[in-house]
Amino acid sequence: MRKLALNDEILLEIESPARYIGGEVNSVMKDKAAVDIRFCMCFPDVYEIGMSHLGIQILYHLFNQREDVWCERVYSPWTDLDAIMRKENIPLFALESQEPVKNFDFLGITIQYEMCYTNILQILDLAQIPLRASQRGEEFPIVIGGGPCAYNPEPLAPFFDLFYIGEGETVYDQLLDTYKANRQAHGTKADFLRKAAQIPGIYVPSLYKETYNENGTLASFSPIEEGVPEKIQKQVVVDMTHSFYPKTLVVPFIKATQDRVTLEIQRGCIRGCRFCQAGMIYRPTREKDVERLKECARELILATGHEEISLTSLSSSDYSQLEELVNYLIDEFKSRGVNISLPSLRIDAFALDVMSKVQDIRKSSLTFAPEAGSQRLRDVINKGLTEETILQGARDAFLGGWNKVKLYFMLGLPTETEDDMKGIAHLAEKIAMEYYDTVPKEKRNGKVQITVSTSFFVPKPFTPFQWAAMYSKEDFLGKAKVVKEEIRAQLNQKSIRYNWHEADVTILEGFLARGDRKAADVIETAYRKGALYDAWSETFHWEIWMDAFKETGVDLDFYTLRERSTDELLPWDFIDAGVTKEFLKKEWKRAISEEMTPNCRMKCSGCGAGRYKGGVCVESKN
Amino acid sequence: MKVRIKFAKLGAMKFIGHLDTMRYFQKAIRRADIPIAYSEGFSPHMIMSFAAPLGVGTTSSGEYFDMQLAQDMPTREIVERLNGTMAEGMDVLSAVRVEDGKASKAMSLVAAADYRVTFREGKEFTSDWKEKLKEYISQPQICVFKKTKRSEKTVDIKPYIYQFAIQGDKIHLQLAAASSNYTKPEQVMDGFAQWLGIEQKPFSYMVHRQEVYADNGNEENHQFVTLESLGEEVE
Repeated sequence: MRKLALNDEILLEIESPARYIGGEVNSVMKDKAAVDIRFCMCFPDVYEIGMSHLGIQILYHLFNQREDVWCERVYSPWTDLDAIMRKENIPLFALESQEPVKNFDFLGITIQYEMCYTNILQILDLAQIPLRASQRGEEFPIVIGGGPCAYNPEPLAPFFDLFYIGEGETVYDQLLDTYKANRQAHGTKADFLRKAAQIPGIYVPSLYKETYNENGTLASFSPIEEGVPEKIQKQVVVDMTHSFYPKTLVVPFIKATQDRVTLEIQRGCIRGCRFCQAGMIYRPTREKDVERLKECARELILATGHEEISLTSLSSSDYSQLEELVNYLIDEFKSRGVNISLPSLRIDAFALDVMSKVQDIRKSSLTFAPEAGSQRLRDVINKGLTEETILQGARDAFLGGWNKVKLYFMLGLPTETEDDMKGIAHLAEKIAMEYYDTVPKEKRNGKVQITVSTSFFVPKPFTPFQWAAMYSKEDFLGKAKVVKEEIRAQLNQKSIRYNWHEADVTILEGFLARGDRKAADVIETAYRKGALYDAWSETFHWEIWMDAFKETGVDLDFYTLRERSTDELLPWDFIDAGVTKEFLKKEWKRAISEEMTPNCRMKCSGCGAGRYKGGVCVESKN
Repeated sequence: MKVRIKFAKLGAMKFIGHLDTMRYFQKAIRRADIPIAYSEGFSPHMIMSFAAPLGVGTTSSGEYFDMQLAQDMPTREIVERLNGTMAEGMDVLSAVRVEDGKASKAMSLVAAADYRVTFREGKEFTSDWKEKLKEYISQPQICVFKKTKRSEKTVDIKPYIYQFAIQGDKIHLQLAAASSNYTKPEQVMDGFAQWLGIEQKPFSYMVHRQEVYADNGNEENHQFVTLESLGEEVE
């Protein structure tokens, strides 16, 4: 039996000890003496969240395919164990071997959202690894980051040795081979980093230097020595159908947030919503062949025993063979007690038909994401959803027996006016009226229940809105108040529930999303003062962060409230994410003038992702 | 056909709670491709029921659940298939066919269980407890303080202690385990420690459940038989 890193007394005292014992079905055990490279993959949040993430499962099984690599996992210890580990000086350990992470060759951290940045420092700190790369000697693991937040790695740059820009399936093999070769040649860590910098998609922050203008904006950003590339090019998988997909997934003992088989049907999105980072950085849209997906579904259900299978992608409705896939899954699995879940479906006749087969209509709700309350603002953000489409979808759904509707919006979008905010209330009211007009009294299954949720808009790098200003906390809350009061003024206000996201977390997210290297001091200071699990409302403390800004002298408003000029050098400009800056500028201008841009299948807009020669960019040419 | 599975939960598996253990076996059954029967209704679930919940921290080599199969399968094949997909520490020990029907439901059959209690290092009872055990168990009443969500009371657990014996450094307990008189081994040990006048440290014992029994006799004259023995292997 494996020896656990934590003793029984500790494990029986803390919440959910199964988070820390490893040994899950399909987790991989190897003989450590028989491998060359030990890689620890980390999702810097609690186990149940981290285990729900598909990306790690893909890379975990991809790495473990190699005989010379043993890839293990680690997640953030919850606050109860965190305190015990500090008190008893227990080093953070990987789940499989239960051995200290600090003895590994690599620590790979996936960076999925900004509010986990302090958790990254917790991982390093508990692992007894110095926080800053510059303080780490040869004995410490190479710390590498990847994921969507790596598209602006600068706020985290001092903490990482490397970043991986793009999709992990592509150049990791080359990176691992380079590491092995360097070690065989008795090279130092610095030697390895220099060689790694030559691999496409790999960014070595210590090999670059930035300077600032007097007004605080970036003046220059460049490599410190010759031979280091000036631009880092995003790596993508060109052929999704034949790219690696695991035949098995690790099955947690405790219920993960997403306790199911996830089947990735495509990567990227053709829509081009101007606020959406994923829609830009995962371009071009690449579909997986439906026969390959059927095979994966069968394999994964058998290998995991999960009772649910979920399709995952941005805008699933745009997958061209969706109908065939969904019907297959229903026929194959429904009788075997396997549920099918279909997030991000556009509500239309097909979606309603499928949903009536896979869910209990009385319990389920319909979800619309108009994102903005007026057609004018929906045109600004390039969300090609019209009011008539929404009302038609609602009408059909109400006739089909549904009576719960969820609506998602953003507040604080560029050019937003009070009319746009009020439009949110008016749209909710129209949907409520649609219910009472459409469904005769005797057929009604109680009142219609409409839930309106608003989040505050955060401009993200590599979107047409990357130059946009954010609002202050007071302004954000004022906007929510406008919506709230307008909803209360509607006839059917009793059928409409309204909730809004917290404003302070949003502002911080905005700062971290578009920050430069100076942000690293703020993150470290906040962490030292106790900030941790900032993504969790019960553990988020705004005052700690405010103290950290004060202490470091970094001006939060400079990063959030300021609209950038399109001439400004942005901290992430050295990354080539596929879409060109020219395209983003053009889209920013079109947004201001309320002009829509057609989706990739209707017409190519020349965003720049075409040079990858894959997916939707080559579809019509076949 | 209805099948009774006996399994062991060892090592790190003691940290997996009862509900998670149930979920674990549901997934294992699907991985092993056992033709289990599903309930009717919009969201069908597997027809299975567990015998006696085991607390977090306790290991066992005598856990049971029953499941209804939609098609017959040799019991040996069921064991092999399930063991082909177990996590380390979970072992399927046997499968037997049992009678259909509510009367033979594993959960309602449970009457008693055997436990082996060992002391964690450095947490052994200090005094001459081995000599005093006889005196303790021959009292007319063995009262322990019982705290539940609703009440705090002193109860006599003597009728529920069927065996309390020393086996080398270990203690053997056979205790009532029906839902009406379920008696925890920790409760018995704490009661004994208190009677001895020992201030017991937390996490003193390691408890291992060895077997779970049905009662073929009556209140006065118990005839405990293992749940496993109520069924038979089939080809």
